Amino acid sequence: MEFITQHPVLVVSLVKIAVLLFVVMTALAYLTWFERKVVAHIQSRWGPYFVGAHGLLQPLADGLKFLFKEDMTPPTSDKFTYTIAPFLALALALTAIALIPFGPPSVQVLGQPVFVVSNVDIGLLFLFAVTSLGVYGVALAGWSSNSKYPLLGGLRSSAQMISYEVSLTLSVVGVLLVAGTLNFNEIIAQQSGAFWHWNIIRFDHGAFPQIVGFLCYMTAAIAETNRIPFDLPEAETELVAGFHTEYSSFKFAMFFMAEYANMITVSCLATILFFGGWLSPFPDSWTWQLFLPGVGLVLLGMYCAWDTFMNMRGIARLQFAVVTMLCLVGGAICLMPAVQPVIEGPFWFTTKVVAFLFFYVWTRGTLPRFRYDQLMSFGWKLLLPVSLANLVVTSFVMVLPYFGRHG
Amino acid sequence: MSVPFILFFLCALLAVAGAVLLIMVREPIHSALSLILVMMTLAVLYLLLGAEFIAAVQIIVYAGAIMVLFVFVIMLLNAGTEERTDWSRIAKPMGLPLAFFLLLVTARWLSRSAIGATVANGVGAPSNEGVSTRALSMALFQQYLFPFEATSILILIALLGALILARKDE
Amino acid sequence: MSIVPISYYLVLSAILFGLGTVAVVFKRNIITIFMGIELMLNAVNLAFVAFARAHGQLDGLVFVFFVIVVAAAEAAVGLAIVIMLTKSRQSLNVERDSLLKF
Repeated sequence: MEFITQHPVLVVSLVKIAVLLFVVMTALAYLTWFERKVVAHIQSRWGPYFVGAHGLLQPLADGLKFLFKEDMTPPTSDKFTYTIAPFLALALALTAIALIPFGPPSVQVLGQPVFVVSNVDIGLLFLFAVTSLGVYGVALAGWSSNSKYPLLGGLRSSAQMISYEVSLTLSVVGVLLVAGTLNFNEIIAQQSGAFWHWNIIRFDHGAFPQIVGFLCYMTAAIAETNRIPFDLPEAETELVAGFHTEYSSFKFAMFFMAEYANMITVSCLATILFFGGWLSPFPDSWTWQLFLPGVGLVLLGMYCAWDTFMNMRGIARLQFAVVTMLCLVGGAICLMPAVQPVIEGPFWFTTKVVAFLFFYVWTRGTLPRFRYDQLMSFGWKLLLPVSLANLVVTSFVMVLPYFGRHG
Repeated sequence: MSVPFILFFLCALLAVAGAVLLIMVREPIHSALSLILVMMTLAVLYLLLGAEFIAAVQIIVYAGAIMVLFVFVIMLLNAGTEERTDWSRIAKPMGLPLAFFLLLVTARWLSRSAIGATVANGVGAPSNEGVSTRALSMALFQQYLFPFEATSILILIALLGALILARKDE
Repeated sequence: MSIVPISYYLVLSAILFGLGTVAVVFKRNIITIFMGIELMLNAVNLAFVAFARAHGQLDGLVFVFFVIVVAAAEAAVGLAIVIMLTKSRQSLNVERDSLLKF
């Protein structure tokens, strides 16, 4: 026990890393379920329905399938690079999540903030460093497969990623100018108040609304994570092959986990920079908002209970009854007054991130994809000048006497 | 053996291993990977020295952009295995001990000079905190503004040069 | 001042610089020679940062920033030249044909 009190940073960090890893891997698995369900409902069908109740055990079935498939290595491939490329992609994608604050830094255990694994002063810059290294997973996978189609797919995909990375970074610099710091906690703290203080529409003394910056960021982020409509290097899977043709079983699963983890990271970054992070949209004086998480979960539990008794049969009924119990117990815990201020931050953060992920999946189900030359000319000829213009206008406005911090 | 010492020796070992691998492996893509390893360990060393902005710039620009350019060019040109070179016979038995001796002399001189003086009685050194991004950017935009603008023109020239050089001849 | 003596960083910088020189002198693939040059630049950057820490000034860090920028420009133009040369020669070996000899 003295070890714990003497080394609080080490012990709390290890526990936080373990919990965060578990939560993120579960979130990745259920993000696949979420995506399949939403895309299916957009296409007027049901999606996974039979594996668990409402398809909730589908990610587990997919994971087991990937584990048991034959793991084949092409004999003429470059063995070392072939093996480390998916590990690299997944490790980098998970490292970026370590910097993200999920809740207020005032909630502490043993003197260490609970909701962020590491709060560095250059948090935003470090996140961009990790994102810019993510190109290697794709490029090395394409090269090491030693085959025409993965090479072309890998080249195109990595060229796309580095092109849109420039616009991604530039569209965020507007927020940096408004905030004056690279630290995530301070960027969020400056957006406190109600939702009209969030960076996207903040128009008071010391800030300029970053709507254009947000639009550029969202577009560049969708391109950076290789999602539809910027999906051609991967969609060659449907036509010919992408950079992960020659990968089977678990390495293939790692590439997809890396892609979803990148999606989650980019959505988290969008909420922190533009939408106030873990802050709630209502003013702090409305204390009834503390009941929202509990009430929401209890309502969800009641809907699940109704669904269990009316629509489910057989083993699905048992599974869904378990889900109902979990929702109701979770709701009851969130209604306890000791838990309410602690759960408020992560609740709003999760809500906003899920809204962004829904937007991602929605565009996936709705839009057609760009051709490659259209994609590259869009990135260099339209998005980069617009991001630069946003930067110039924001910096010009920040120097003016009323808006700037010196005014 | 405190944590900074262990971290330093680990990173130094990895950096030297990466550099030796760069020389010894046969394929250029593996050399590129070893160079990326060297750059990442150097970024950790910059963090140990308190230069956090420079560590981030090293990863973003050097390891994340320049080395990606190298990997692209290797992929585009399909640089395969390198052939065995016919070195002079005398290089290995004479060269390696000579290099080692030179290194010993350098290390001994460095550790005995005024530069090798360690910790707290520094020459007006600040506390053990490191340089903030704000201080660095103040210096960059006030005192070193002219070199900053000159390097931006240099990047423009390099951009145009690379664009023209790599264009297809039509 | 840092806990690790500054001379340790300088020795490491010297070792890396020497290994970079070995790569430039002894390797035959043009891209690997370029990588040796980048390794030498990195070693020099490490020496600059170590000195900046030793004297407590940040002029060394500013110079590192400029070295990184110039290295990026040089790598871009150099690799463009390599691509152009390889198209006419079809080989990346610098010893195979030296154009200045006729």
